[in-house]
Amino acid sequence: MSATDTQAGANSLRSGPDGRGRFGIFGGRFVAETLMPLLLELDAAYRTAQADPEFHRELDYYLKDYVGRPSPLWLARRMTEQLGGAKIYMKREELNHTGSHKLNNVMGQILLARRMGRTRIVAETGAGQHGVATATVCALFGMKCAIYMGATDVERQKPNVFRMRLLGAEVVPVTAGAGTLKDAMNEAMRDWVTNVHDTYFLVGTVAGPHPYPQMVRDFQSIIGVETREQIMAAEGRLPDAIVAAIGGGSNAMGIFHPFLDDPAVRLIGVEAAGCGLDSGRTAASIERGKPGVLHGNRTYLLQDDDGQITEAHSISAGLDYPGVGPEHSWLSDIGRAEYVGATDQEALDAFQLCTRTEGIIPALESAHAIAYAAKLAPTMGKDQIIVVNISGRGDKDIFTVAEHLGVKL
Amino acid sequence: MSRIARRFATLRAQGRGALIPYVEACDPDYDTSLAILRGMPAAGADLIEVGVPFSDPSADGPTIQKAALRGLKGGSTMKRVLEMVRAFRAGDDGTPIILMGYTNPIEAYGPERFCMDAKAAGVDGLIVVDMPPEEADLLAGPAAANGLDIIRLVAPTTPNARLPIVFNGASGFVYYVSITGVTGTRTASTDELAAALPRLRKATDLPIAIGFGIRTPELAANAVSVADAAVVASALLNTLEGTLDGDGKATAKTVPAVLEQLRGLAEAIHAVSKTGSK
Repeated sequence: MSATDTQAGANSLRSGPDGRGRFGIFGGRFVAETLMPLLLELDAAYRTAQADPEFHRELDYYLKDYVGRPSPLWLARRMTEQLGGAKIYMKREELNHTGSHKLNNVMGQILLARRMGRTRIVAETGAGQHGVATATVCALFGMKCAIYMGATDVERQKPNVFRMRLLGAEVVPVTAGAGTLKDAMNEAMRDWVTNVHDTYFLVGTVAGPHPYPQMVRDFQSIIGVETREQIMAAEGRLPDAIVAAIGGGSNAMGIFHPFLDDPAVRLIGVEAAGCGLDSGRTAASIERGKPGVLHGNRTYLLQDDDGQITEAHSISAGLDYPGVGPEHSWLSDIGRAEYVGATDQEALDAFQLCTRTEGIIPALESAHAIAYAAKLAPTMGKDQIIVVNISGRGDKDIFTVAEHLGVKL
Repeated sequence: MSRIARRFATLRAQGRGALIPYVEACDPDYDTSLAILRGMPAAGADLIEVGVPFSDPSADGPTIQKAALRGLKGGSTMKRVLEMVRAFRAGDDGTPIILMGYTNPIEAYGPERFCMDAKAAGVDGLIVVDMPPEEADLLAGPAAANGLDIIRLVAPTTPNARLPIVFNGASGFVYYVSITGVTGTRTASTDELAAALPRLRKATDLPIAIGFGIRTPELAANAVSVADAAVVASALLNTLEGTLDGDGKATAKTVPAVLEQLRGLAEAIHAVSKTGSK
């Protein structure tokens, strides 16, 4: 039950969203009428499942024996020494089956889809981590699976595309727009609206129409719940800061949420600044966007003055999205969490730092979090503690990194 | 009485169904889309939907997606769309204009200012695809204050118990999305339509328009034999697309081809006598 604890009190920052699926002014259900009855059904089914101990028993079983939870909390000694400041711990989500935090959410939702009698799954994917996780559980449960992926991402994430196909999923390249995550999301929604009778839309991040932001957060909160127990066991106190990368924001929301009511714990989301926050080629929706409505929710969006969504840019396909989960938008507005940027170059440097000092090849997404932690640690005392969420492993990114380092594979 | 209500009352008195064609603003440029808009009433349009281009039309099929992108490339902004309606209204005081689009461009413009400016330009109604009744409060106040009709979408997935929620706050007419899917793809069968309409009629007295997948004069006639109006969008946009040159620019054929097709649809629709029906 702890992983999906939403029983927080009224004054708790953990009690959202409200009945309309809102976090402050953010969130909501901005979808075509065709989908509205499905969202209401999903919301009801999710509430029922959440209240059912059998659902949690089943989920716990798969999380332990299939996903491989709990994931370790690793004290990064050499990186800590090298940076010469706060003690750095790494939450090792890259050790989950399929190599990222994505399976936490996917496992929860596939069990829900099965309870709802759905037989076909559609999902969007950017870097392919969510697509691989989704294709994996579809193989596990023998369900049909269509993964929408931007054509640009299909090109830069070939290993994951092949993995999904091996797992039996149909990978549909999306050529609309810039061929990235935003366009894949549009196309997945079009598939869902067309195949409502048998299809479940398995959203991979804490965005989209209510109840997805809440549901994905709840399933990902296991990260923060474990982190809390592990850091208490290791240090006997809570960390001073938690740092996580933000695209849509699911790994960050998962590790932040159990700490929202602990004001002494700084929560820092690292957006992809791309070529720089003011370069015009960025994916930093909170820092450079304005509130608007896309993909079913109101949130910070990269957009022009006319309300047209602009293309995001990041070296990391998983962060290359012009929006962000609505709860992050709210946490930013109320000042509970801080949102900062790390550039493509900073992420590449952090990727190598982590690899060389800890023997851990992080995903380029996670490298953004490491980049900021590496800046922050030297400014803090040696008695202070930072937890960095290593949301995924970087095997999928070695081609991209090689290209930027000028190496031919 | 609003321009939309007046138009449906007239059609009912004449025992006719309505044809509602769609034109995407600035597709492929401002002048061409305005010429099509201006030509539509004489070609048989009873009401007209003007599409407001949006970068991410997630409920639309490939045809409208392409039209929206052409519109944006053609210089469309909300300001430009309203300018186009104002230009049309200067020469036509009777044909209702309904803007169809997505929430974000309206939110970016500012809902209050948008409703005021839309009314002043001569807009009569709004269809906001991604604004279900649950989120309608964003526009309800300013739309009512400016006498703009909010046209609600109903889908085959909308259960009977939900119909009162959907129709609460609806005015002008009701838009029945006749298939589960995106625009311009599948077509609902006669049987599906015949089964759907009575349950809607039971829940609303507003005129009912059928849209999504109406491509031919036959399908259009079929739709108005059970409903009050037929919306045709993708079929006209496909025709428009077919007349563009290699650079996506309009040619001398563009406006006449779209209006010619419209005439064919109008003939079929207006041949259906609705005398005696509701």
